Amino acid sequence: MNTHVIELIVNGDLREVAVRPNLTLLQLLRDHLRLTGTKHGCGTGDCGACTVLLDGRPVNSCLTLAVEARNRTITTIEGISTSGTTLHPVQQAFVEKGAVQCGYCTPGMIMSSVHLLRTNPDPTESEIRHAIGGNICRCTGYTKIIEAIETAARAKKGSGQ
Amino acid sequence: MSSDDVMKGDSSSMNTVVHQSTTHDSAARHATGEAVYVDDIREPVGLLHVCFGASSCAHGRIRQMDLSRVKAFPGVVAVITAQDLPGLNDISPMHTMDEEILCSGEIHFHGQALFAVAADCRDTARRAVQLAEIDVEELPAILDVEEAIRQKSWVAEPHEMKRGNPARAIEQSAYRLQGELQLGGQDHFYLEGQVSMALPQEGGDMLVYSSSQHPSELQHLVAQALGRADHAVTVEVRRMGGAFGGKETQAAQWAVIAALLADRTGRPAKIRLDRDTDMISTGKRHPFRIRYEVGFDEQGRIEGIDLNLAALCGMSADLSAPITDRAMFHSDNAYYLPHVRIRSYRCRTNTVSNTAFRGFGGPQGMMGIERVIDGIAAQLGKDPLAVRRANLYGGEGRNITPYHMKVEDNVLPELMADLAESSAYTHRRKEIAAFNLQSTVIKRGISLTPVKFGISFTTSFLNQAGALVHVYKDGSIHLNHGGTEMGQGLFIKVAQVVADAFGVGLEQIKITATHTGQVPNTSATAASSGSDMNGMAALNAVNKIKKRLVRFTTKKYGVEEEDVQFTQGQVWMGEQSMTFPELIMEAYLERVSLSATGYYRTPKIWYDRETARGRPFLYFAYGAAVTEVEIDTLTGENRIRRVDILHDVGRSLNPAIDRGQIEGGFVQGAGWLTTEELWWDQSGALRTHAPSTYKIPLSGDVPEEFNVAIWEPGVNREPTIHRSKAVGEPPLMLAISVHSAINQAIASLAPGQALPALDAPATPERILMCIQSSGKP
Repeated sequence: MNTHVIELIVNGDLREVAVRPNLTLLQLLRDHLRLTGTKHGCGTGDCGACTVLLDGRPVNSCLTLAVEARNRTITTIEGISTSGTTLHPVQQAFVEKGAVQCGYCTPGMIMSSVHLLRTNPDPTESEIRHAIGGNICRCTGYTKIIEAIETAARAKKGSGQ
Repeated sequence: MSSDDVMKGDSSSMNTVVHQSTTHDSAARHATGEAVYVDDIREPVGLLHVCFGASSCAHGRIRQMDLSRVKAFPGVVAVITAQDLPGLNDISPMHTMDEEILCSGEIHFHGQALFAVAADCRDTARRAVQLAEIDVEELPAILDVEEAIRQKSWVAEPHEMKRGNPARAIEQSAYRLQGELQLGGQDHFYLEGQVSMALPQEGGDMLVYSSSQHPSELQHLVAQALGRADHAVTVEVRRMGGAFGGKETQAAQWAVIAALLADRTGRPAKIRLDRDTDMISTGKRHPFRIRYEVGFDEQGRIEGIDLNLAALCGMSADLSAPITDRAMFHSDNAYYLPHVRIRSYRCRTNTVSNTAFRGFGGPQGMMGIERVIDGIAAQLGKDPLAVRRANLYGGEGRNITPYHMKVEDNVLPELMADLAESSAYTHRRKEIAAFNLQSTVIKRGISLTPVKFGISFTTSFLNQAGALVHVYKDGSIHLNHGGTEMGQGLFIKVAQVVADAFGVGLEQIKITATHTGQVPNTSATAASSGSDMNGMAALNAVNKIKKRLVRFTTKKYGVEEEDVQFTQGQVWMGEQSMTFPELIMEAYLERVSLSATGYYRTPKIWYDRETARGRPFLYFAYGAAVTEVEIDTLTGENRIRRVDILHDVGRSLNPAIDRGQIEGGFVQGAGWLTTEELWWDQSGALRTHAPSTYKIPLSGDVPEEFNVAIWEPGVNREPTIHRSKAVGEPPLMLAISVHSAINQAIASLAPGQALPALDAPATPERILMCIQSSGKP
């Protein structure tokens, strides 16, 4: 199969990769760029484990072709913390609130949450539920996740981020 | 700490690492994406990717399997069938020899593995599989319990528990009731699907990384399939992305197939099932058909009961015998049954073999008796809670289970009273009745249901665990045990136990992956027993090392044994102290062994299956939930308005982790009983094999008001680790209150009538059908 050379920005770095036309963005991230924080859950866009931000908007990377990301900006779970050592407020809140059990849905869940708080810094509980409506968690029953997002929103407001 | 306290697993009073809400040890790594699951391990050079070809009929005989085009497909490196196995073609976990790795001729279910392909990339392997030409003679299939019972098609012989004379008691009762309840199965839908990677080692050895709850069994089955001794195979499991029982036996087949191809090619091989394949080809919770006949008095007290449990086990025994046994053990739930017969039929069908799933048959058993109680209440026009209370296990004369075990630790009368009060049950029940009188379309229901869940594997020999603890010269500690981490927080709980016993901080403890080379012959991390057993085994190892350290200290410093205390990172010898690392270095230089294995076997338990008598459980875990729901009687749509839970975890090792188990278990149980529907077509093919059609609870399905509390007075009467109680499975069954409340809402349409016969899952469709058959509106 022919490959296409594409350029894209992943977590702030310009990357040039040769991709097959049927390669998904998820495969590109996991198999080619070794960014394995993004998970393969269902492969059909229903579980949200593979959520990443494409030009700032959440997408299911299992349903996005790598070539669609040409000349665009991708943010994955590895790229949301502004420094390499501290956690993003959403990550911090997930840890503190016990919003994590097996952890497999967590990166996707956090990406959806990060997008929510960027576009709506002070969400209602109902808006939070809606924002993570495409992310399945089989362990927690969601309560602690919702609490974590509320906590992160408060923390961000407090710190002026 | 006296040696008696050590044996009991009680706390040293000075340290406070246990009973604290420490976060999950991997939480930060989960949140950054740094945590490594099997599919995230850096792929070795030359890795092969494995896919398998599956049957497309429920029952048949392979006439011919032509794989020439598969083999010829560019990029394919190896293809194997049943004929290519060097060892035994079986992965049955209980040696029933009825579950092949690859089909040798007779197909037993739709989705059964027939052959496997290894190729340079996953895409190639998947494409190649499609090129197989398989000629099958289809045979008549058994697809439901009715047909299985007609043909006496069993995976294990029917079993009966009986006490007293139920037939006579029912006949002599003032009131009688009979009915039937159908319960659907449930797919585990662990977010991380089945995955294994096998790496060939020198001398024919094999190293396997797998997402498995049962590394020791996987080790044995890989060795058996390769025709080698167990010592030739090593299995490592760092963590799973969810399991819920679905990786107790179901991980083995894929690990074995990967190992077979790795062995054949001399190259590492990885298999990762895609979601549809995972749902089609791996086992699930058992669907049940429950029939009951009960006799009771005017208070609703049960006098005699006859329960008939038919379980759809699928094509092989797998763990169906102990699962259906556990359903029998929980057919009483929290209630004393003076005269009782419980019969269990383990139906062999041409469907995927059903398996362990959180609760292990217990939820189905409990659903039966809770339906009976609701039915009695409806017939007598009483509040179901009053009937529940009237039937609870009590003192002498009312404390013997159907399997002749005495219930000694029942806390439900008190716990349910606390919950009824904190949830304002009685007041809200009246409010709901008033609401239902004025609301024509929307109806509400409320229900309080208890849980009493037996803790221990009912197969007694499985109740053993091992651990391995090393203290290095710098005082840092390596912790390993036989339990596996699937998100439930086992690793942090055991680490808390170890840190507490050494009197050091958690940062001193290195939690390490479960590894068959470190702790051998382990049981599956299952039956909610993980922290009970591995916590005790680890404590045993720590105490061995501490004993040596104390002996060394008393000798060197001339202090008494009881003056040596391990606390706050220090070792105290009367008034003097040194840091833990200082003592360790001194001990090392004086040639004291700083490594120990630990072991634990659960005491007191025994069970004689022939006579259905014994004490299969060390203790019971208790809890109760009140759920209020609302249904739309025109569409069948439903939602949970409010849930109140009070759950007994004994003295919690980690309250935050336990709360997570309670909340998550409840929601998972609610999914089983409402939205999650497995739908097989008439040919025996599963049609709900992806999250697009199989509906897992989402964030919007969580109760609007969700009050979860750990029952404060809780303490385990038995000498478990720090007097805690198991918490993995019991909370799932709190969700029975959801189903019961929906049925109450339906019942409000026809007051004074018999209880509606709502089956599970209570999908909008089933709710509507139930409303229509109830004759209203």
